[in-house]
Amino acid sequence: MSQSVTSDSPETSKRPSANAEGVTELQDAVIRFAGNSQDGIQTIGGFLARLAGRSSREVMTYMTIPSTISGGASIFQVHLGSGEVLSAGDDADFLFAFYQHSYDSHIGSLRPGGICIYDSDHVEVIKTDADVIHVGVPITTTTVEAIGGSARDRGKNLFVLGLVTQIFKLNKAKIVSLVERQLGRKSEDVLRNAMLAFDAGFAYPVGDLMGLEFDLKQGKIQGADKVTTDGNTALTLGLLAGGVRYGAAYPITPWSTIMEQLRVELPKYGGLFVQAEDELAAVSIALGFAYSGHTAVTGSSGPGLSLKMEALSYATMAELPIVVINVQRGGPSTGLPTSVEQSDLMQAIYGSHGDCPRIVLAPQNVGDCFYIAVEACELARKYSCPVIVLTDQALASRIEAFAQPDLAAFVYEPVLDQATRGEDFKPYPLDGLTRHAPPGSAMAGGKYPVVTGLEHDEWGHPSGNPTMHSRMTQRRREKIKDFGKTLPLPEVFGDATGEVLIVGWGSSWGPIRESVMRMREQGRKAAAIHLRHLNPMPNSLDTIFAHYDHVIVVEMNDEGIYGYGQLATLLRSRYCDSKIKSVCKTDGLNYKIREIIERVGSLINPA
Amino acid sequence: MSATAEPTKVLTKKDLTADHPTWCPGCGDFAVLASFFKVLEKLQIPHEKICTIAGIGCSSRFPYFVNGHGVHFIHGRALPLATGVSLSRPDLHVFAFGGDGDGYSIGGNHLDHAARKNVNLTYIVMDNFVYGLTKKQTSPTSPKGFKSKTDPTGSIDQPINPMKKLVYGGASFVARTHAVQVKHMMEVFERAILHPGFSVVEVLSECVIFYPGIFDDGNPRKGGAFDVIDEKKWDNTPEDLDRHDVTDENAAYQLASLQYPGKFGVFYETDRPTKNQLEQQWIDSTREKQGAVSTVDLLSSRFASMK
Repeated sequence: MSQSVTSDSPETSKRPSANAEGVTELQDAVIRFAGNSQDGIQTIGGFLARLAGRSSREVMTYMTIPSTISGGASIFQVHLGSGEVLSAGDDADFLFAFYQHSYDSHIGSLRPGGICIYDSDHVEVIKTDADVIHVGVPITTTTVEAIGGSARDRGKNLFVLGLVTQIFKLNKAKIVSLVERQLGRKSEDVLRNAMLAFDAGFAYPVGDLMGLEFDLKQGKIQGADKVTTDGNTALTLGLLAGGVRYGAAYPITPWSTIMEQLRVELPKYGGLFVQAEDELAAVSIALGFAYSGHTAVTGSSGPGLSLKMEALSYATMAELPIVVINVQRGGPSTGLPTSVEQSDLMQAIYGSHGDCPRIVLAPQNVGDCFYIAVEACELARKYSCPVIVLTDQALASRIEAFAQPDLAAFVYEPVLDQATRGEDFKPYPLDGLTRHAPPGSAMAGGKYPVVTGLEHDEWGHPSGNPTMHSRMTQRRREKIKDFGKTLPLPEVFGDATGEVLIVGWGSSWGPIRESVMRMREQGRKAAAIHLRHLNPMPNSLDTIFAHYDHVIVVEMNDEGIYGYGQLATLLRSRYCDSKIKSVCKTDGLNYKIREIIERVGSLINPA
Repeated sequence: MSATAEPTKVLTKKDLTADHPTWCPGCGDFAVLASFFKVLEKLQIPHEKICTIAGIGCSSRFPYFVNGHGVHFIHGRALPLATGVSLSRPDLHVFAFGGDGDGYSIGGNHLDHAARKNVNLTYIVMDNFVYGLTKKQTSPTSPKGFKSKTDPTGSIDQPINPMKKLVYGGASFVARTHAVQVKHMMEVFERAILHPGFSVVEVLSECVIFYPGIFDDGNPRKGGAFDVIDEKKWDNTPEDLDRHDVTDENAAYQLASLQYPGKFGVFYETDRPTKNQLEQQWIDSTREKQGAVSTVDLLSSRFASMK
């Protein structure tokens, strides 16, 4: 929490300080809600995030959901700000604790001087930490009373939403309209009870108890309302815009919400999404769609991607276009199904048998999930190969606000090309891009193509000729290399020359960027680049590396037997540069800003 | 989009013939290919609408020998790929081919699911009770005691019963024939192709190299008996009571339980909606409800709901 009205030393200020009217103006606030998964705390977070998008505020959320179905501890953290919000926040400024276990587990996540609002019906406070303001509110009993004494405490989340609206002087009318829009679709009773709980929270004299008043500043740019959604939804919409009309998959966390949405959305576009009996069938059905002339998608999480590998090798050999979404989670094996990790990079690039080049992309934030999906579709069509998108659990579930994409510029209307192919038709010309003739296309020469996983000649005819295998292997490799040549160097964020360059990929874009900003504020010459194209990578990254004393790759995977993370290993292999070093971790959590700065610092200046 | 403005041309066996099959001389699969050509000649399916799909195995080389759009896919996954083609291209005639290893072992799960979903396609299994391409290992249909390279003292595992598996799985057309009975094979193929839904034909097709003589019991020329199912004619005669009702699932199981070589013909045939029809109904009703909306408008309204 940084304040516009600050004490003498802003860096060390522990307490929010008030202006003349006793109101503390906040630039941003990190609010953590801790409860159980059935309390609907994600709902509060969702409303706050959407409100932020409507108020030109930046927002980033973070949540944990237990991997069991019926409850368990769950948190939702919202970082709201009037300036740029790049991370979900290292420490919380406000904690709402629903239960004793929520309090015990999360009181430590509150920054010194932070405010803990707890349910006094459930929580007994250990008043040892004098540097936390404790405010007890009988959340459960007040909610039950407000709804009419049904003895059920459903609605506590709306009560707390009312509290939050009051505390931060949020736009009540906007919040109420959001609640009505979302819950009005359910029964009248649900909406009435929700509003009773909300009003009770809004009217509860929590401000008197805190002795503090806050005002969260509006964002400066008053533009169009922003879109507020999670990465899986943004990615789904990107696939639809990119021309995907057919797909198949098998459910697995955290991929499932993409297939659920595609199953419902695709019929509106005249398309179809099939739930397959297993991962092998899923990728095979999708390849059936691709062979038939459509832009097709399949997806999964790490374990499922492993199962698809044989068929993806076929897709490289037969040069069929297919988009594969992999929502990474903690591995190996079942691992940490609801935690984030970036440990599928090598699998995505090298996981199949044989020399099997393909394109691998990674979105860097929620909005980018849309754009990367559109790009994946374009590339699959252009280069007739598998395109794997490596998103992750953090992006899948977190909510961010971003400007609506210019849809007219990004929407691709798919066309099924069944034109008669000429007598000279060759699907795999040695000197050009792949040209498929989907079934239904007449062949003027009278000879029809058979698409095969056997090595083949330019006509697709099986060939065991040693020279042909070399030339075709080269052909499949060169088209991917050619795509690499078209990639611009990534933007350098920060100092153009200096002490340290941080290299990142995927969902850690925000925390890395914020770390670089902080390091530069501390007087260090630092910069970051973020790779969205991981295979192929843009060429000549070494021309950027040359401007820094240290190149440090920050990623969420293990340092491996040889001491380097997966992207760091690739960069060292490509550039043979010993100044490339690795910061890795495998705790299943997003990087904190503090963590990146400390780890990078200790590599530069070893103790 | 489609530019097939060519004059209608009669489809002949010559048009359909591609590479000379790489099968061993005497292989039962030659007759299956010849019968398939003859049925296509009879049905006159437009040439460019024929799509043959197979996985891996001797019989799975089939698409190379048919001059038509085709896919030689990976081991065991011909049916899922064919499912994708069938569901997204109602204009095509989709045929899947394979053997007992591809269909009943590595692809066994897909067979059950393509069957229960009643995907509109025709699947022809050339069952030879042995792995031929990899040179004589035990297959899921190898009888107990069969000596192979993986069971030198004789197979010990109970073989699967393909007909029971197919009926249980929910295939809406299930038939059995023998590669030496070309006329019967053609009749069954034609009925399978004309059947709307998932139709499967199990063909006993001898591997003359690794399991010679195994199907002689079903071949009258080798002293066996080709016992054809007597189907009900619904003519109210007393004889008709004893005939087979193809819509009776229990009767199909009884036929499937007969001692080898058993009976040949259509075991089961039922008319139920295909996945193709059901999915199309959903697409149609969805689009009817929303009216004519462009892609950009559809996406715009989704984005608007998230503001």
